[in-house]
Amino acid sequence: MVNTVSTVEPVGNAVPDLARPRPGTTTVKDTPGYTVFRWVNATVLVLVAAVTLYPFLNLAARAFSSEAAIRSGDVTVWPIGFNTTTLMSVLEQDLFWRNYLNTVVYTVVGTAIAMALTTTFAYVLSKKYVKGRMLLVGFAVFTMFFTGGLIPNYILVSELGFKNTIWAIVVPQAINVFNLLVMKSFFENFPTELEEAAAIDGLTTYGIFFRVVLPLSKAVLATMVLFYAVWFWNSWFPAFLYMDDPQMYPVTVFLRNIIAGATGTGEGLSDIAVQIGANVKAVTMLLTALPIVCLYPFVQKYFVSGVMLGSVKG
Amino acid sequence: MAQELRGTESWGLALRKHWRLYTFAILPIVWFVVFRYLPMAGNIIAFRRFRPGGSIFGEEWVGFYYIERFIQDQAFWQAFQNTVIIGALTLVIVFPLPIILALLLNELRSRLFKRFVQTVSYLPHFMSIVIVAGFVFELTSLDGTVNRLVQLFGGEPVSFMQQADWFRTIYVSSEIWQTVGWGTILYLATLTTIDAQLYEAARIDGANRWQQTWHVTLPGIRPTMMVLLILNIGQFMQVGFEKIFLLYNTLTQPTADVISTYIYRVGLTSGQLSYATAIGLFEAVIGLVLVFSANAISRRVTGSSLW
Repeated sequence: MVNTVSTVEPVGNAVPDLARPRPGTTTVKDTPGYTVFRWVNATVLVLVAAVTLYPFLNLAARAFSSEAAIRSGDVTVWPIGFNTTTLMSVLEQDLFWRNYLNTVVYTVVGTAIAMALTTTFAYVLSKKYVKGRMLLVGFAVFTMFFTGGLIPNYILVSELGFKNTIWAIVVPQAINVFNLLVMKSFFENFPTELEEAAAIDGLTTYGIFFRVVLPLSKAVLATMVLFYAVWFWNSWFPAFLYMDDPQMYPVTVFLRNIIAGATGTGEGLSDIAVQIGANVKAVTMLLTALPIVCLYPFVQKYFVSGVMLGSVKG
Repeated sequence: MAQELRGTESWGLALRKHWRLYTFAILPIVWFVVFRYLPMAGNIIAFRRFRPGGSIFGEEWVGFYYIERFIQDQAFWQAFQNTVIIGALTLVIVFPLPIILALLLNELRSRLFKRFVQTVSYLPHFMSIVIVAGFVFELTSLDGTVNRLVQLFGGEPVSFMQQADWFRTIYVSSEIWQTVGWGTILYLATLTTIDAQLYEAARIDGANRWQQTWHVTLPGIRPTMMVLLILNIGQFMQVGFEKIFLLYNTLTQPTADVISTYIYRVGLTSGQLSYATAIGLFEAVIGLVLVFSANAISRRVTGSSLW
């Protein structure tokens, strides 16, 4: 093949394309077909971003719009009839704050338990010299593909007396096997020299783990904390299932009840109740999503790196 | 040391030498046994009568009584059919989209623009399902944006969430919105690992951009595709329980009711725990069979597999 790229003739619609971009190497001109594609592609991706963002903008606009404007269907991305009355009315509700605080507590406690169990177990699973290691890995991974199902879990949690306690939310979900595998592959790549040096200095396994390994794993630990914290923050079904007392609900269940009340089949609800619901719903949704939306841009890279680690087969 | 690496020493020696390390595993193992394997064993009540307050493993054997019952249950088959349809729609429509989006993102030259689209498209993944359901209700309500667009094109407003005909469309759309962006991550990571020389060679052979994509890029990401496909097939029967549970109502039930929501109603609303467990066990076994078959087929045909 002595053809250099510049001598290839375009034939019909099979236009040879000469410029797959790589940083710093793109000097060959695009074919007209590819230029068109690039414009179409850019437009499509702008639309993808717009469609993804739209519900958030619409939500924010609704949260600060007047009921009449929402009812007329005119509210899109900008508030109409701007007011903060609804926001204030939600913020004045004791139950909302109570449930919001519950979410914070469940998230902190749940994440702490999850981190303790996940990091220690992942450390054991990462040690190639551990006898029975593959057995333990299989023991954990099998639960990704086969689970007890809703009813046996429900019976178990009830029998343990976890109903109406924080434990119903934080304990049954304490280990996420995917996160466990991410941690495991991180520890597998941990430089053994450091651990060996620490062992020579007289540290026990406990000392090595807590004083050498963990302090040097801050980035992956941060990723894991974020994964678990987001999970517990967003969790609603266990609370819905196991809690009867509204004072114990996390804010997601508070929100779920508002949504269900405002948009069910409308039985027993007057039009006005539905409309107030639409307004209050927007504010409650906004306040529930806010911490994650605000934090997200700063922590996004950790999530991405976590997924990359997990994709290492092991 | 080499001996140790293969873990050939006896259990007694291994435990004595690494007992501190094994202590780390105690609590997690207990947790797995209690919260994962005990409920699995609890499935036994599919074959035993369960009495509230009695043993979690039921009271007396009833054989296949509950299995036979759901096989004759019209509502179960309705839910089964809906599960298969929604599962298939998800697999056929939602699964390929991240691949396409990743390929489109890969063609972008502006790093800033690429970062922006990626960052935005990952965001929905981090939203609670309750929020996503809230978005769906807002956008499809009579005063929502979707009906605004319908009216703009001269149509009559539709109460989407009250109509069984619309449920699948809405469900799949919300899945696309929530999962496609995040689904690109692994593909984008794999794309960066494809050898640049392959493109070079293809170009010299006169391959155009489309042909390069077809003959170099797609084979390059095929192992990732297969692994994700197998995982998706394993989830086939579990189709977004929480989301459907939040979105459906008695009006949309004919198309929306899936096995998991049916289990919830039979088991926890009507209190027929053994009967619901029998259905759940059936669902879980199908899931397990699907993931093992998909894995075996994939290993044979494409050489990539989960294990």
